[in-house]
Amino acid sequence: MLTRLRSGDPTAFATLVDELHGGLVAFAGTFTSSPALAEDITQETWLAVIRGLHAFEARSSLKTWIYSILARRARTMAARDARHSDPGPGTAGARPGPDVEWEPGQGRRGLWEEAPVPWALEDPASIHQSREALEVLQAALEALPETQRRVVLLRDVEDLPAVDVCNVLDLSETNQRVLLHRGRARLRRALDQYVRNGVRPSTPAGRGAGGGSQ
Amino acid sequence: MNCYETIDLMDEALEGRLAPAARARFDEHLDECRVCRTYLDQLRVTIQALERLPRASATDQRRSELLAAFKRELGR
Repeated sequence: MLTRLRSGDPTAFATLVDELHGGLVAFAGTFTSSPALAEDITQETWLAVIRGLHAFEARSSLKTWIYSILARRARTMAARDARHSDPGPGTAGARPGPDVEWEPGQGRRGLWEEAPVPWALEDPASIHQSREALEVLQAALEALPETQRRVVLLRDVEDLPAVDVCNVLDLSETNQRVLLHRGRARLRRALDQYVRNGVRPSTPAGRGAGGGSQ
Repeated sequence: MNCYETIDLMDEALEGRLAPAARARFDEHLDECRVCRTYLDQLRVTIQALERLPRASATDQRRSELLAAFKRELGR
């Protein structure tokens, strides 16, 4: 892939864009509450990738390199944007959780209030086939505090190795692990409420609007 | 191994990164503890579901802009 990109093969570049663009926009969205700015950050990232291809030393995977560029741009651009606009009501996704946050060595604290009971599904994988379950998961993901959302997006959605995620996000190994588990625990809980009680979390946009998404 | 230690090791276990000795003690606890077993199963399903979330793709306009920029910079 890298050789083809460096040789200017537009098909290779189109494939790369098709594979990564959506994930990059989602990741950019953890740095800003503005969808337009998230798109701009992603666009800037692609342009930096194009300019940087020849200098890229391939010490990490191409994908990790691209995510590192995005993280650096996003910090600068989001900070600049914040200075120029009114301080909005809170930052993206930063919803104060009512729950205690899990810490290593605390066992179930922050993970569940009542012991998890098995989901009464013939095949747990049926969740993967359910569009509604995936929508519930997507909404819960978007509602995570942004530090957790970043780690979950990179680790579980984009499948980057832990060490790369630490580098991209400038996190210690321990911190990365804790954020990952906290995020996964909240997502499990959202699926649990959906599977057992049919509860669909309100999306951040629909918050306080009295529910009722169609 | 107790529930606390087991929970601490779940993410490593899911990635298959536990050392054999720890793995054996981890599995031993799971055999005895239905709660940890359920939690681990549900974490696994959650992670697998995350891998299946639909991805947005670039708009046609954005895609052509990027391709044009690529050709300008690296065009052969």
